[in-house]
Amino acid sequence: MQVVRQTLNDTSVKWPSDSLTSIPYDLFTSKAQYELEKEAIYKGRAWHYLCLDVEISNPGDYVVSHIGEVSIIVVRNKQKIINAMVNRCVHRGAMLCQKRSGSTHKFACVYHAWSYDLEGNLTNVAFSKGVKGQGGMPDDFNKEDHPLRRIKITKFCGLIFGSFDEAVPDIETYLGPDVSAKVKRVLNREVKVIGRNTQVLPNNWKIYMENVKDSYHASILHLFFTTFRLNRLTQSGGIIVDESGGNHVSFSKLDKDLSNKEYEADDVRSANNKVKLADPNLLEGIDEFDDGITLQILTIFPGFVLQQVRNSLAVRQVLPKGTDQSDLVWTYIGFKDDDEEMDARRLRQANLVGPAGYISMEDGVVGGFVQRAIKGVTEDFSIVKMGGEQANSMESRVTESPVRGFWKKYRMLTENFNL
Amino acid sequence: MIQNETEYQFRVQNLNARYASTIDNDHLEDWPDYFTEDCLYRITTKEDFDEGLSLGIIYATTKNMLIDRVTSLRDANIYEAQNYRHILSIPIILSYKSSILKVETNFLVIRTMHDSDSIIFAAGRYLDQIIDVDSDLYFLERTVVTDSRRFDTLLAIPL
Repeated sequence: MQVVRQTLNDTSVKWPSDSLTSIPYDLFTSKAQYELEKEAIYKGRAWHYLCLDVEISNPGDYVVSHIGEVSIIVVRNKQKIINAMVNRCVHRGAMLCQKRSGSTHKFACVYHAWSYDLEGNLTNVAFSKGVKGQGGMPDDFNKEDHPLRRIKITKFCGLIFGSFDEAVPDIETYLGPDVSAKVKRVLNREVKVIGRNTQVLPNNWKIYMENVKDSYHASILHLFFTTFRLNRLTQSGGIIVDESGGNHVSFSKLDKDLSNKEYEADDVRSANNKVKLADPNLLEGIDEFDDGITLQILTIFPGFVLQQVRNSLAVRQVLPKGTDQSDLVWTYIGFKDDDEEMDARRLRQANLVGPAGYISMEDGVVGGFVQRAIKGVTEDFSIVKMGGEQANSMESRVTESPVRGFWKKYRMLTENFNL
Repeated sequence: MIQNETEYQFRVQNLNARYASTIDNDHLEDWPDYFTEDCLYRITTKEDFDEGLSLGIIYATTKNMLIDRVTSLRDANIYEAQNYRHILSIPIILSYKSSILKVETNFLVIRTMHDSDSIIFAAGRYLDQIIDVDSDLYFLERTVVTDSRRFDTLLAIPL
């Protein structure tokens, strides 16, 4: 193991300097780097989103999720405690749960019927005493010594995170106070799932994370609001990057200081050109968090996104699937206490996001443009200098500060990875 | 009755074929005309459908929302040139009552990117409510249920 890791490290990507503004393109194509990430990030000191608490409400309910490429079972036991373990039989490595979710009182492997309780303890080995005194497991085999590989778990605002690293800090320390507060702002009561799907992205997972942390591109790549003249109002907002760099929030609100008169005047000026929504009901929304914030995109390192676009709420899980592909797993949510009108509103506004989202479909394609263009490139770097060289919080959203933050955290984990 | 059903099956088949041709040959501006003013058009996954979840990957509760979808695809959204080819099964007429037909049709959509191979982009079924208005058929409801929950890159053009 030691030898293998050493080899990986030797071929992983070299950074040109300590700066966070020049990102080598081969970080997105290198197989050695991808192997390093498996150890340093996915098994490293980070929290990985697994599922929502509400998806496993009852004892015995389970969900199969992932940390990196590793399949993980998250289950609520009879005492209502949540456990998570690797979805792999200790015997010969077969996958225990094939379904994405379900309810059970034990996990039994179909291969040789080895079974486990909801804590992951090995409870039964078929024919362990052999048949008619013949065969069977050796006397020194103890079931207690062979539980499923358990994962450390934490719960925050109804989100369940897991980590292979026992030494990962508690979740609020990991997020920092400002990012924690913005998670609490949205997930302030019990949620319900209104839909799920997966967008298969033709790019490295980090290209998507750069994209979602990059507020600079928003009004340039996504032309829906501009085309329909829906964001002509001056918007205020800001960017929060936590101390570690890995977590961020970008938010904007309608500027309440602008009078209705100015809106109307603006409307008159532009009334004669361009297109209008035939059904403006699409965007009919309410200020459900009572703070005027109409958009909040929040990320947690490495691959979690919490999204509020007006009244459209979703969590997104970004999963690596090789150097040049990733899964963007969407879970669209509302609140348990939403009334019929609110349900309808969230469904209409869900048109804005997802694989067919008016303001998100481009994110599916632009990562592919990068991935295709950097094929075979080992000598060049991207330029991440918008808004300075630091990974700090700021008011202006014309910045790549959260992108630099991502790389700050990424370098901390990958370069300090002790071999 | 049987004659009636056969006739409707033929007419629905024709409707489906024209609908597919409109999309596949990039006459998207004509696509909303297959629907009533207060239609419901929704793309969902089998997983969500079976669980009773209401989300639509595309979700329109009026014909105007379909018109907006086309305007946005034409004027606002950025996606690479691509086209679909719908392969449809014979429709199954599930019921017919008060000029409203309930119909199920299987589909396969092959997507060809401008610079790439043809791939199976989506497979599934249409669950429709179709209304007969003065001998013309319109979708009151078209629920597109895809067998897979996974969508490659993006879903720009409607199914």
